[in-house]
Amino acid sequence: MCAMKREEAEALIQEVLEVYPEKARKDRAKHLAVSDPNVEQAKKCIVSNRKSVPGVMTIRGCAYAGSKGVVWGPIKDMVHISHGPVGCGQYSRAGRRNYYTGHTGINAFGTMNFTSDFQEKDIVFGGDKKLEKLIDEIQTLFPLHKGISIQSECPVGLIGDDIESVSKKKAKEMDKPVVPLRCEGFRGVSQSLGHHIANDAIRDWVLPNRDDDSSFESTPYDIALTGDYNIGGDAWASRILLEEMGLRVVAQWSGDGTISELELAPKAKVNLLHCYRSMNYLARHMEEKYGVPWMEYNFFGPTKIAESLRKIAALFDEKIQEGAERVIAKYTPQMNAIIEKYRPRLEGKKVMLYVGGLRPRHVVGAYEDLGMEVVGAGYEFAHNDDYDRTIKDLGEGTLLYDDVTGYELEEFVKRVRPDLVGSGIKEKYIFQKMGIPFRQMHSWDYSGPYHGYDGFAIFARDMDMTLNNPCWDKLQAPWKKAEAAAKAA
Amino acid sequence: MPSVMINKTEAGGLTLYVPKKDLEEMIVSMEHEGPGRWGGELTLADGSRYYLEPMDTEPRLPITLRVKRL
Repeated sequence: MCAMKREEAEALIQEVLEVYPEKARKDRAKHLAVSDPNVEQAKKCIVSNRKSVPGVMTIRGCAYAGSKGVVWGPIKDMVHISHGPVGCGQYSRAGRRNYYTGHTGINAFGTMNFTSDFQEKDIVFGGDKKLEKLIDEIQTLFPLHKGISIQSECPVGLIGDDIESVSKKKAKEMDKPVVPLRCEGFRGVSQSLGHHIANDAIRDWVLPNRDDDSSFESTPYDIALTGDYNIGGDAWASRILLEEMGLRVVAQWSGDGTISELELAPKAKVNLLHCYRSMNYLARHMEEKYGVPWMEYNFFGPTKIAESLRKIAALFDEKIQEGAERVIAKYTPQMNAIIEKYRPRLEGKKVMLYVGGLRPRHVVGAYEDLGMEVVGAGYEFAHNDDYDRTIKDLGEGTLLYDDVTGYELEEFVKRVRPDLVGSGIKEKYIFQKMGIPFRQMHSWDYSGPYHGYDGFAIFARDMDMTLNNPCWDKLQAPWKKAEAAAKAA
Repeated sequence: MPSVMINKTEAGGLTLYVPKKDLEEMIVSMEHEGPGRWGGELTLADGSRYYLEPMDTEPRLPITLRVKRL
């Protein structure tokens, strides 16, 4: 069972494109491609990070989702105000499952929704007064919070509120950081700009706070774990491996993270970056300003984990390198047992992925460890540099689709008939009703963690559980099945 | 005049990163690399060329600079 041949895949793309009007077809054609490992630069075969075509069903989010949902939301000891109408905060509340320790409502606020609940009068007269009042209320009700971030929703930008001045005033009054974010949903083409805005806010409002403070006692083994949002406990599963090999994790960005960890990150020796898309801006900034080098790593699947651990250890001395080998040796037998158990059940199965900004490339290794093959991959909001990194990991003839529309994804799946589709919640029920096993790969379908060695055990189990579930051949009514069999005969 | 970041790779070469274009590319040639003068015309691996106002000393890398597209 191998991926489609190049010509077949190209013909399929042409066929799918046919329904579009000419202009839209021309536009969409640039976003669909067949992977070719020989291509060095993705921009030669695929265009990304462009505005979606009006009228199609896109799966993208907005800048607010990128800032509040992705980067800032998981910082547990801050209160994140969804500044604007009530819906944006309420419908995204706690859905991402970035786990944290602490007492919600006392010293941690991750799953709570704070909103200024804009009414007509706030749109007409401005919401700054309300915001001030809201911050005062938070200070009274939740005195143990360590700071506030103000996440703008669309109206704030449209009516031109001055949230910066409110932030400065209140930060002074409370003596706690108050960070304004101009992440109105209408900005940019996808949530990717929200990541950038959030990164810039951390750069401007948080990182310089401890520039002249040298009281932190650092060790030569300090690292910052960035771009891990602790979905289902991912960051914890990663962190224990790093600690086991002798490193000290001084900051976790931003899953189960705190504001003081954000401030400490520049004091680390190395910045380990998991989600390149959402945090590369800060990694680059910290390298320039503080001289903290950064490195991308991948903690999905034993092959990639071992590779990453060795790569991380190479930045340190022999003690850590020994530690890395020790960790790998410790877990290898466990991993072999898992592969032995699940590989025969999953061998040769085909997977199509359409997730956010890093997973389609990161999980390729994990699927390969299980003997599965990725036959289609695409990103909602990736940029060129993500596709540059992806193409190397994919085999010849893999379908690539950027910002795929609902129609295209459905057609691709109908024709390729993969054994498993991994995408988001909006796609889940369509494909399940089509009788195709599906995993929701944004927040691990209420499972997880998937990072690290412990995560791989769960990953393998989940894939097996979904793929080999007996329900999939029960989707057709028995009399229809008989009909279909008769027709086939 | 895009704002770009110039960085050293592990292998010792220089890269140019243009955030606006998500372009990260090796610099294959630089007009002035020697001591006393650093910058000038840059050629990237993909063939595009940029002009960087020459500096007297080699700066600490990475560094964010403005360059001119040629």
